Amino acid sequence: MKLRRVKAIAVKESLQIVRDPRSLMIALLIPLMQMFMLGYGINLDIKHIPLCTYDREMSQQSLGLLKRFEASRYFTLRKTAQDYAELTRDIDDSSCTIAIVIPAGFSQGLNDAGTGTVQALIDGTDSNTANIAANYARAVISGFSGDLQLQAIQRRGGTVQTLTPVDVQARVWFNENLESRNYIIPGIVALVMAIVGAQLTSLTIAREWERGTMELLVSTPVKPLELMLGKLLPYFAIGMLDAAICLALAVFWFDVPFRGTLATLLFTTSLFLIVVLCIGYYVSVSIRSQVGASQVALLLTMLPTILLSGFAFPIDQMPVFVQGITYLVSGRYYVTILKSVFLKGAGAVELAVPILCLALYAVALVVLAARSFRKTLD
Amino acid sequence: MNGSAGAAVEVDGLTKRFGTITAVDDLSFSVQPGEIFGLVGPDGAGKTTAMRMFASVMRPDAGSIVIDGIDVLAHPEKTKRHVSYMPQRFGLYEDLTVEENIRFYADLFEVPRKLWEARAQSMLVASDMTQFRQRLAGQLSGGMKQKLGLTCSLVHTPRVLLLDEPTTGVDPLSRREFWQILYSLRAEGVAMLISTAYLDEAERCDRLALLNRGTMMYCDTPAGLKSRMPGAMLEVASPEPRKVREVALALEGVQGVLLVGSGVHVNVDDGGRRSPQLAQALAGAGVQATHIEEVAPTIEDLFVALLEQNSEA
Ligand SMILES: Nc1ncnc2c1ncn2[C@@H]1O[C@H](COP(=O)(O)OP(=O)(O)O)[C@@H](O)[C@H]1O
Ligand SMILES: [Mg+2]
Repeated sequence: MKLRRVKAIAVKESLQIVRDPRSLMIALLIPLMQMFMLGYGINLDIKHIPLCTYDREMSQQSLGLLKRFEASRYFTLRKTAQDYAELTRDIDDSSCTIAIVIPAGFSQGLNDAGTGTVQALIDGTDSNTANIAANYARAVISGFSGDLQLQAIQRRGGTVQTLTPVDVQARVWFNENLESRNYIIPGIVALVMAIVGAQLTSLTIAREWERGTMELLVSTPVKPLELMLGKLLPYFAIGMLDAAICLALAVFWFDVPFRGTLATLLFTTSLFLIVVLCIGYYVSVSIRSQVGASQVALLLTMLPTILLSGFAFPIDQMPVFVQGITYLVSGRYYVTILKSVFLKGAGAVELAVPILCLALYAVALVVLAARSFRKTLD
Repeated sequence: MNGSAGAAVEVDGLTKRFGTITAVDDLSFSVQPGEIFGLVGPDGAGKTTAMRMFASVMRPDAGSIVIDGIDVLAHPEKTKRHVSYMPQRFGLYEDLTVEENIRFYADLFEVPRKLWEARAQSMLVASDMTQFRQRLAGQLSGGMKQKLGLTCSLVHTPRVLLLDEPTTGVDPLSRREFWQILYSLRAEGVAMLISTAYLDEAERCDRLALLNRGTMMYCDTPAGLKSRMPGAMLEVASPEPRKVREVALALEGVQGVLLVGSGVHVNVDDGGRRSPQLAQALAGAGVQATHIEEVAPTIEDLFVALLEQNSEA
């Protein structure tokens, strides 16, 4: 391999990029637009779940509990039902997703036995929402019972403690406010990088075939590896610029907490960028038309990253067979890494496994891409 | 001529098929250093396919190519340093300037900077292009593009130059400059293979191969080929060339008629006998003809005659 040839190709490719301001604009604007579109478009937060209550006791305590439901931003009170029939009708016609029924002996039980029972009726059509609604309801009730215990202790004249004796409230770590945006945005960064990275290189070889410059190029002593490196270098620079734009938007615009180090972020981003650039290059070599290559590259990167990277759909909830497939998706590792770097502040040591997988992936694709190019017109 | 020692290019039994058509069929010849070898033939004759195989950008189905003693099929990359190929379709980067294109190819061939700069300078002077160094290749005229292509393919001083229809669509002045450069390369001992659709240009070659449908029908010097011309050539000057052709074709002893710039060329079996007969026939049909004289055949005449003879046989 001769560095002079690599440099010659890189310089030539850069000049062509710079002289085509339209495509350069696209390369820099598309990620910006995609970040905004996807960042605002995808919101998995379930807030304001329509709620219906049926209070069969109307005691101070039952009203107190229902107040907490009303005050929670997870629920919106739609109706206060007067009987079961009304309640079931509301669930049936989907005007509310969850109904809370407080039985007649609620406060009695609390006072005598120290426990009370509340009934929750949940529309299970969408199991995901149902699950979340049940969890939120549990959280609200836990908060209520925690306070009750505290009051009971204080009433008995026990030591006044500022600490709740038993904190049963579920704490969600790393994403305290349960903002889905916090774990969605790092995923979107990975998605945008995958799409844009492969798009950048998908045209580069196909363009030479279409413009007729390839015939002359393959008649020179240039080696396939030199050609590939020379062509990937300028796109790597643009790709890193795109990554910087996406990551900066994530932190400064979407306010995703960033707890990791810049070094880990840049290192892993480079690895992922190499993977997607090589995918685009490979497609460009295989399909000698620009339009075709661009479309295939889009499909190859967008679909697996959306469906199988765990960016929006949790991998552990997929069928085992599909879970196996996700190990073949490079986006899976990068999404894992990004989420951990952003939210947990994980470093290279904690992320050794996904980083290693991504590195292996990058090496394999560099070899594949370099070998795919044949210096012949046949 | 085959197998001569010290040949720059030796082709033997070269064959290439695309599906059912045989684009190049059992082609054999050799080219010496300092020789300009022309491949002549109509569209679809297989010139481009042959050139691609010489440049080792396409693999033949059968046969062998030896360039500078190196087997091209066994070592396709080894010969590329000493060979320059100018494809039929413009292969340079239109969004790069003249200078950037030259530099790119110099880098790919690892030519030392001093060397390629001097060479490019003299080439640009020879082709009258020094003032266009900073112009984008896409904004050059057809002739200048081809001269730039030649300059790029010469920055690394190749021993074998492959030119596929280099002067198609090039103005006469640029063509003359182009050939001047080729002649000076011949003096330096470069072997050149040039395909052309211009038959007048074929006469500038040292030797010619006439190709038709992939087969080489004749291979000789232009003079040698002309001596194979059957019969004689009569040139008729007339304002009504089409009518002349009509009359001539009906005449006995006429083997072929070709409309050329200066009039009509009529190929006859015996010049002395047929000339007055033709004059008489034209007068009888009321077709104007200023004069009729026997001329030396051009390569074009030759080609048409040889093709015709070949298809009859
Ligand atoms: N890549 C190809 N695939 C299929 N057929 C081809 C290809 N290249 C050339 N041919 C066919 O081979 C024949 C010779 O073509 P070509 O070498 O281009 O001739 P020329 O350069 O003399 O015009 C033609 O019939 C052409 O259609
Ligand atoms: Mg051709």
